[in-house]
Amino acid sequence: MINLPRPLITNLMTSPLDFFHLIDELPLGVLILDTNRRVVFLNRVFEALSGFSPSMAYGVQCYNILRGAACISNCPVLSMKDGNHSISCESDMINFDRQLLPIRMVTAPILDENNNIKGYLETIEDIRLSQKIDREKNAAYSFVNIVGRSPQMEKIFQTLPVLAQSDVSILITGETGTGKDLVAEAIHQTSGRESGPFIKINCGALPETLLESEIFGHQKGAFTGAVENKPGRFKLAHNGTIFLTEIGDLTLSLQVKLLTFLDDKIIYPLGSTKGFLVNVRIIAATHRNLEQMVEQGLFRKDLLFRLNVARIHLPPLREREGDIQLLIDHFFNSYKQQLDKKINGFSKETLAVLLNYHYEGNIRELKNIVEYSTNVSDHLTIEPQHLPSYLLGPPSSMKYKQSPIETQALKNSSYPMLTDSFSTRDNNLNTSETWSTIQREIIIDALKKSKGKKKEAAKALGWGRSTLWRKMRHFKIDS
Amino acid sequence: MIHKITITLYNEEVAPRFDLATEVLIMILSKGNIIEEKKTIVLPRSSADDLCYLLLSEKINTLICGAIEDEFFQFLKWKKIDVYDSIAGDWSRAFHCWSKKTLKSGDILSRRTVEGINV
Repeated sequence: MINLPRPLITNLMTSPLDFFHLIDELPLGVLILDTNRRVVFLNRVFEALSGFSPSMAYGVQCYNILRGAACISNCPVLSMKDGNHSISCESDMINFDRQLLPIRMVTAPILDENNNIKGYLETIEDIRLSQKIDREKNAAYSFVNIVGRSPQMEKIFQTLPVLAQSDVSILITGETGTGKDLVAEAIHQTSGRESGPFIKINCGALPETLLESEIFGHQKGAFTGAVENKPGRFKLAHNGTIFLTEIGDLTLSLQVKLLTFLDDKIIYPLGSTKGFLVNVRIIAATHRNLEQMVEQGLFRKDLLFRLNVARIHLPPLREREGDIQLLIDHFFNSYKQQLDKKINGFSKETLAVLLNYHYEGNIRELKNIVEYSTNVSDHLTIEPQHLPSYLLGPPSSMKYKQSPIETQALKNSSYPMLTDSFSTRDNNLNTSETWSTIQREIIIDALKKSKGKKKEAAKALGWGRSTLWRKMRHFKIDS
Repeated sequence: MIHKITITLYNEEVAPRFDLATEVLIMILSKGNIIEEKKTIVLPRSSADDLCYLLLSEKINTLICGAIEDEFFQFLKWKKIDVYDSIAGDWSRAFHCWSKKTLKSGDILSRRTVEGINV
């Protein structure tokens, strides 16, 4: 473990200032290098982006820490050796979590009083969000990347910008697959905290002890294996937004700790008596009924009140009048482009099946269906046989509200909707099991036809080799 | 039993990025990790896909590399290749640590200096 020096800035104000604290407050990732391109310091945002702490990186060549494409192909520091100007470029980096992130980096020299270069300053900006927005900002009937034109969604689109601009805690509720994560991200992107970090914590994904250390951080030596100070997600989200998804799965003891934080905005890492004042906006989401959980004693009433300052309820897809058609078109266009398929669209019969289905998995399920059928179809239009077979089962009791356009589309259809020939099939099948089974069977079939040659099987399925590999791994198909 | 190990290279160091490496060192080791054969392959272009193909066609058992995207990491693990990623420092040191069974993913093995002074 390396103990870093604590430099001070003198002569700027009457008393010396803590340099690292100042750099830590910047909303961009900052890397300070010496003239040999060795890391002297990195700030909290860079730590959140790269996964390297200042002590891990201290004295190491910058290309081993930043791990940017520009570092290898055209190092900005080397290309500025003769001049004192700053260089800006777009590149990408691979962080410690093995994620490839698009970044914008600006490199500038650090000069002494005689204009001699004493080091370099690199600022790193994560441009994932802006790239995504650029791609999707022209999409009609949408807010950031949420699509919909039903009256229910229009009401939400009107509320979201107002809520985003305020700094209140927000509770997002809705069934699984309704887009709670997207809404949380959209709020962050359109809020004043946009340039700050957006940190997501899945409260249901980790055991309690790990979750506590993950959320609040820990002090070196707090428990066996705590060999280094860990800042915790709240500290990393400083000046940004923290998104607590599946908040209903948070244990009662952590609910108390979260409540304490919401009261005084100070986090105490595990094993530390020194608190840290954090400025974060909290967005929580759950598919559970928190009011009911409060009655059952599973969720603290006071925590619910604090989180529930503003509430956004996302309606299930079956209640979103007219949105299914819009979402089908939206996902179809995006997958058609991604998969480079020459398909014109869905046949009337297919559309009839899709518009009549009840979508218990909501938009996620619809998206999967469109992805599946676009993948599987080898015709110019997607026919009913290209749909997952469970869709062609008996009609559900839950009816979807059709828009006039959709009703017209159904009337024009000559397809004998959900007739006996289909209803006798797959009657008692579990939806997710059938979905998986079909995909698995299709892959195995393609592999059999191509005599085990994955390249040919992938071509036949209209997928890339890596997509086939991923799906084979997912369905545990051994080569 | 022979063991084949590959280290992606950037001059004398482990390449900081797997997908951008244009040089790989392949070593064939006999019992006791004695180097029986050592060859360096210079690739015509950097490509993670091509590198994965090379590792599979050469029947490599262990890979030591720098940053690698999760997709390729999982793929190579699935192909039963032992991957030590996020390694920084001289390849010879990384190999030494691996042969002593002390190498871990994420190890920074390079000398640390700031303004020419060891830290």
